[in-house]
Amino acid sequence: MIPANFDYESPRTLSEALDLLASRQDAKILAGGHSLLPAMKLRLAAPSVVVDLGRIAGLNHIRESGDRIVIGAMTPHADVASSKILHVACPLLAQAASQIGDVQVRNRGTIGGSLAAAHPAADYPAAVLALDAEIMAVSRSGERSLPATKFFTGMFTTELRPDEIITEVRVPRTEGASVAYKKFHHPASGYAVVGVAVRIKKAGTRIDSAAISITGVGHIAYRATAVENALRGKPLGVIAEAAAHAAEGVEVLSDYYASAEYRRHLATVFTRRALEQALEASGK
Amino acid sequence: MQKNVTIDINGQPHRQAVEPRLLLVHFLREVAGLTGTHIGCETSLCGACTVLLDGRAVKSCTVLAVQADGRSVTTVEGLAQGDKLHALQEGFWEEHGLQCGFCTPGMLMCSHDLLANHPTPTSADIREAINGNVCRCTGYQNIVNAVKNASRKMAKRVSARAGAR
Ligand code: FES
Ligand code: FES
Repeated sequence: MIPANFDYESPRTLSEALDLLASRQDAKILAGGHSLLPAMKLRLAAPSVVVDLGRIAGLNHIRESGDRIVIGAMTPHADVASSKILHVACPLLAQAASQIGDVQVRNRGTIGGSLAAAHPAADYPAAVLALDAEIMAVSRSGERSLPATKFFTGMFTTELRPDEIITEVRVPRTEGASVAYKKFHHPASGYAVVGVAVRIKKAGTRIDSAAISITGVGHIAYRATAVENALRGKPLGVIAEAAAHAAEGVEVLSDYYASAEYRRHLATVFTRRALEQALEASGK
Repeated sequence: MQKNVTIDINGQPHRQAVEPRLLLVHFLREVAGLTGTHIGCETSLCGACTVLLDGRAVKSCTVLAVQADGRSVTTVEGLAQGDKLHALQEGFWEEHGLQCGFCTPGMLMCSHDLLANHPTPTSADIREAINGNVCRCTGYQNIVNAVKNASRKMAKRVSARAGAR
């Protein structure tokens, strides 16, 4: 399977890359290549020029910055999954990364690339939504911060403009919160048939705040606000009931592997399990 | 458009002008003539094309040759030292870790990545490490045994070397 021909550019700096994007109409950005290259091989994408970010220094790092952890856009999933900083300060992101695809995919795929691709069953979208992460993007007209909750606009579409490049993702420290990412893998593709990210805070035996997001079920990952509302201010015992709202108001996807009905059921089961796991991990 | 690329493969530089759309796996097989790396699916699913790129296991059907320019690749041909098989290859031999052998190069390279980071993996670690590799013959059990066998051998060699010092 061979992609259509294209020109290849391999800029050494971000500003060179931004100039290329601004000057070449249907340029595509190549990060880890695990969304773009498969699409190009199937000729679902046939850009005339590919701008490879792989040789730009300074986009691959994980560091603490005040009350946030900053992850460079070109950081591969494997590095997020094994990051000591994240294991302590934001384990939800590391958990989600560790469940993406397989070893080889995690060695190549990047956080920026995955977010920009906005696959309906990707794992990171659920994680960044539950974390209220910020996605930083630059273009020749400057830098802007996109809240994750406003970033995804639909299947494979985001708020990013074609002349913009994601530079980093900022996530909050979540020490003190109960978090988990729980996923039902598609056995062949490794994508989430259902993936649920949970971040809750307890106050005594009650749930003080809840951020729950779900991928794989709808056209794009979403915040399960009906579940969040059913949890907020309630005793811990309400989990199973609240999880039943997992796919409320969502147009549920259906395919050969999982019908809409089955997916809806899995969404409820995995939301409950993710909540249980989060509470267990934080010692109830 | 053609691009000049130089890829270090198993310690040897290979220089060639290529179309940017050339996949690394085709560079390895057709430009460098190293056909040990197999193509099973070409859709990032089977893992038969796995090689090490700068030491990390990747699916060479999902990397462009131009992305590997200036980097180093290890293929299955790079494992043995002359006639002396690598501990992993011995492990696969001794434990019957292969039948038709189609998946084997990918299994070996993935296991290599695993053992570099976890010299004494559990069965669960091994199964997780080869999760992206499909085998249609063995049922995986002997592959798991083979990797364990190799890890024991490598541990022994390390302690023998330490003892000799
Ligand atoms: S040929 Fe590359 S994963 Fe199957
Ligand atoms: S030995 Fe035949 S596919 Fe694995």
